[in-house]
Amino acid sequence: MNRIAGYRPLYPGTQPELLHSPYVSSSKRAPTKPLVRMPFTLSEVTGPSIKPEQVQPKASDLTRQHSGEPIGERIIVSGRVLDENARPMANTLVEIWQANASGRYHHDVDQHNAPLDPNFTGCGQAVTNERGEYRFVTIRPGEYPWRNHYNAWRAAHIHFSVFGPSFSTRLITQMYFPGDQLLPYDPIFNCTADEKARNRLISVFDWETTIPEQALGYRFNLILRGRDETPMEEK
Amino acid sequence: MSLQATTWQTVGPFFRIGCQWLNKDNLVGEGVSGERVTIQGRVLDGDGVPVPDAMIEIWQANAHGKYAHPEDTQSKLLEPGFTGYGRIPTDDDGVFRFTTVKPGSVPGPDGGPVGKDQAPHILVSVFMRGLLTRLITRIYFPDEPRNATDYVLNLVEPERRPTLIAGRVAGSPGVLEWNVALQGPDETVFFELSS
Repeated sequence: MNRIAGYRPLYPGTQPELLHSPYVSSSKRAPTKPLVRMPFTLSEVTGPSIKPEQVQPKASDLTRQHSGEPIGERIIVSGRVLDENARPMANTLVEIWQANASGRYHHDVDQHNAPLDPNFTGCGQAVTNERGEYRFVTIRPGEYPWRNHYNAWRAAHIHFSVFGPSFSTRLITQMYFPGDQLLPYDPIFNCTADEKARNRLISVFDWETTIPEQALGYRFNLILRGRDETPMEEK
Repeated sequence: MSLQATTWQTVGPFFRIGCQWLNKDNLVGEGVSGERVTIQGRVLDGDGVPVPDAMIEIWQANAHGKYAHPEDTQSKLLEPGFTGYGRIPTDDDGVFRFTTVKPGSVPGPDGGPVGKDQAPHILVSVFMRGLLTRLITRIYFPDEPRNATDYVLNLVEPERRPTLIAGRVAGSPGVLEWNVALQGPDETVFFELSS
């Protein structure tokens, strides 16, 4: 009989609690009863595979999705998708979405009094290569106010969504920028107790991917849950 | 070498711009066999108010009980028209609806009774503003004798199991109702995956 190799347990404190009262929206939406622990079955170690051909090559350049060039500072955001055992996650879909340079989303619910940019939608997709690498060209997103508390502002961020090889490796997170003065005051950034885990959401400025005369480079690696390495075979 | 999994963050209120390109509420492609079923429901917050900015993702086996994935090595039939994946946002009334086939049963977990298959089920991830991670749950089917011996259902206290089982809709054959209640007396059972 086939043995199902599960995934390693998550390190305590490295993932957010569901109820984080400084983030007001969590109060009516976080479940109140404990999660029911269940083992990995075939259902959880399999998962959707998005075919690379579903993603247009131009979908990774957010500055070339319209007739004109978007306003703002061009940046390169790149990195690797690995698992906890440092194995590259090849052929996996990475989706991003973000505000424009003035801190406004191309979304009808966003009523922030800042201009939309007709040349910037703020969403992209890429598929990792054999080394687990992805790369986007985009515009540095602006900070923006929100109604969580008095004078609340979100630190500048880009949303990331990654599938990985199975249902269990799904990850949605946000990438931040080094030196952002708003980080200590952002309740979403601070929802994870472990400070090191939190700080890994901050991208790193990178000369190597910076393009002279063109765009600064930021690196951001994404780590997906890894397989339990302990042998499961029964002798 | 050992790394730690990246911490989750909320999808926020504006995920639609980044996610809608992959929306899929009809999982049934050409030539797919099995019993067609439409599953509809609402996502409700702690005040019982419908959540208009939620999204669910679906993962399931085909009608033969085979996952379209290399780790499923069972010698069951794969169907090219069925990937088993769906992505459905809620509408202004907090309603989601998708059409699929009832999955066949798949093997149970290690440590469970050997040879005992799981009852037919659909995996669901729930995403929304206010949720700092996704929530993981399952949809089971009504009038299904295998539910009684399903390993995962039996991990749940009996009085909460009905939150995982879709209900028939009177007068609408082929339609099932299944809701996601984030809080309250009928709070849906959510799972934590752990070895």
